[in-house]
Amino acid sequence: MDQYVIGVIVANVSGVLSRVSGMFTRRGFNIDSLTVGETESSGFSRITIAFHGDEDIKERILQQLQKLHDVREVEVLDNKDTVIRELLLIKVRNKADVRQDIMTAVEIFRSKIVDYSPTSLTCELTGETSKIDAFIELLKPFGIMEMCRTGIVAIERGENCLKTVK
Amino acid sequence: MKISGAKIVVETLIEQGCDTIFGYPGGQVIDLFDELYTARDRIKQILTAHEQGAAHAADGYARATGKVGVVIATSGPGATNLVTGIATAFLDSIPMVAITGNVSCDQIGRDSFQEVDIVGITMPITKHNFIVKDINELADTLRTAFKIAKSGRPGPVLVDIPKDVQTALCEFEANTQPVIPYPLTLASEKQLQMAADMINSCEKPYIYFGGGVITGKASEQVKALAEKIDAPMGCSLMGLSAIPHNEPHFLGMQGMHGHFASSMAKNEADLIIALGVRFSERATGNTEHIKRTHSIIHIDIDGAELNKNISADLTIRSDIKDSLERLLFMVEEKKHPQWLECIAQLKDEELKRTDSALKLARKKRSSRTELSPYDIVDTVSARADENTLIATDVGQHQMWTAQRYPFKKPRTFITSGGLGTMGYGLGAAIGASIATGRKTVLFTGDGSFGMDLNELATAVTQKIPVVIVVMNNNVLGMVRQWQTLFYDKRYSSTTFDRMTDFVKVAEAFGAKGGRASTLSELEKLADEAFSCDTPFIIDCMVDSDEMVLPMMPQGGSINDMITEIK
Repeated sequence: MDQYVIGVIVANVSGVLSRVSGMFTRRGFNIDSLTVGETESSGFSRITIAFHGDEDIKERILQQLQKLHDVREVEVLDNKDTVIRELLLIKVRNKADVRQDIMTAVEIFRSKIVDYSPTSLTCELTGETSKIDAFIELLKPFGIMEMCRTGIVAIERGENCLKTVK
Repeated sequence: MKISGAKIVVETLIEQGCDTIFGYPGGQVIDLFDELYTARDRIKQILTAHEQGAAHAADGYARATGKVGVVIATSGPGATNLVTGIATAFLDSIPMVAITGNVSCDQIGRDSFQEVDIVGITMPITKHNFIVKDINELADTLRTAFKIAKSGRPGPVLVDIPKDVQTALCEFEANTQPVIPYPLTLASEKQLQMAADMINSCEKPYIYFGGGVITGKASEQVKALAEKIDAPMGCSLMGLSAIPHNEPHFLGMQGMHGHFASSMAKNEADLIIALGVRFSERATGNTEHIKRTHSIIHIDIDGAELNKNISADLTIRSDIKDSLERLLFMVEEKKHPQWLECIAQLKDEELKRTDSALKLARKKRSSRTELSPYDIVDTVSARADENTLIATDVGQHQMWTAQRYPFKKPRTFITSGGLGTMGYGLGAAIGASIATGRKTVLFTGDGSFGMDLNELATAVTQKIPVVIVVMNNNVLGMVRQWQTLFYDKRYSSTTFDRMTDFVKVAEAFGAKGGRASTLSELEKLADEAFSCDTPFIIDCMVDSDEMVLPMMPQGGSINDMITEIK
């Protein structure tokens, strides 16, 4: 099973996210990550979906997505030639004995401290999923109070673009 | 001039060529029905007994004509009662526009009286659906709904219109033409040449077609292909009526309850040419158990059907008629005498099996009845003509009809295939008959009829010349058949022991009817029913242990086919 990342351009209308995510649920496809946001044109949103599956499942997902009326374009993003990013916000215990270790991790991972209180430290990190995972692993022993991550957004390098208007 | 949203709906329906609506009024569509009242000489309105019946009627209307069926219901329970009808149409790719009222926009989301999120509910069972909250978008949304419903692989579209949008005012200008469907995808020359090469080099071709041939109006092309390449053909349940039953190359329906010869031929072919068909598991059985010895060419207008249920060697997304017209020029004229000889033997064997099964059935008739299901179908078909519409409900009677009825013209078989909706038949028969003005026969069972007989009221009011043939075996026959074969004869909840008298039911609703347990009684009643221009019920006694054979058990393959019961 491979991981695929697809970009989906959809009409920016109410219910569109339900239609897309509902298609996955109802046909038994699993979503690893789904993000949605604005695009360069106000009438359209871009959904980035990551999922695991074989070639067959990937094809079926693409075909089913293309059938949805609000979907304008669907494309599998080339794994090797795509910039993939995720954002993590993570809050850990701020204790004197581990503070320096946390700071070192933050520095090495090029993370950023975005909030500091006598008892807690909040870090921000962007990067590929594997980098985020590694950072979280590193912070686990220090006591993670809470965390949230955005799921991935992805864009192909160079001239390749997902067009909002065909 | 500004007109109300309700009037815009009516005017847009007329503009889109809608001549009949099926529906049921209610609090949130009073305004719409008020405008329909004004337009009653331009749009026929059929008030049903239940919204579900209205949805099935719109579906029957669409199946009989190919036009978009329109159903209207109120919010809440009115809308949810459409759900089964919409899902039925969705699974069988039937063009339909369902219009529902809803509470006013400011009341939405407050669990107001008779409020449901019908757009959310019907999302998985419509091609697309809309809620119109801005009157300026109303006319165009309805037009788009029609466009989506009839484009490509057709299907149902729902438009939910809150009450305040129906009463708001807006400028409106009618279009002179109904919307044109989106352009059809067409096969490339290269794809067709690949198909032609495969066909030209095969020795045992089998054409397997489905409902797409009826929707795509490609009956003639399929027939021509079968003749040119000398290929036997069989179909799915949805494909029935596309090709005349007596066409020399036609072997009938294949699949779980398909004709023996048709299923066997498909299994022994070296090339299956699949046309407008989706390889549902009811039609293919389990494809994983047996080693595939044939190649498959799969042509369908819906790309999502290609490689979905089976993986084909060549997939072509295309309009079926166009691709076949072009393919016909590319394939060589062929004769396959050996293969056809093998088919003839299979047909012989099938005939013998059917005959001996019939004889056996007649011999061991119970005291209750001497009617066999095939005799019932034969007696009815002897009185029907090629234009008679045949509707069914779902269950054993549906399969007996599918196996036995001699269909001659496309769109004369109205049945719920994909969803298998018991209670579908009478509503659908009413819609089909109203759409065409033709004599309609409904084959149903005592189980199914119990689910839709309330629509007798509609049939009587509308003076529908429908002959309702109830194959009354006092049991839920299809489930009972499974219980007999696979559940050790534990007849859980399948024996009715009801006291319902369908002849009295007919009379109570203002229809006519009679009961038959002998062939001569049936013949007499059938004569009467066919000369009657109001609904007529023939309550046919059938033995509880009649089975639909052959049968491929669920999850089984052709090797597991049950052809006789010892």
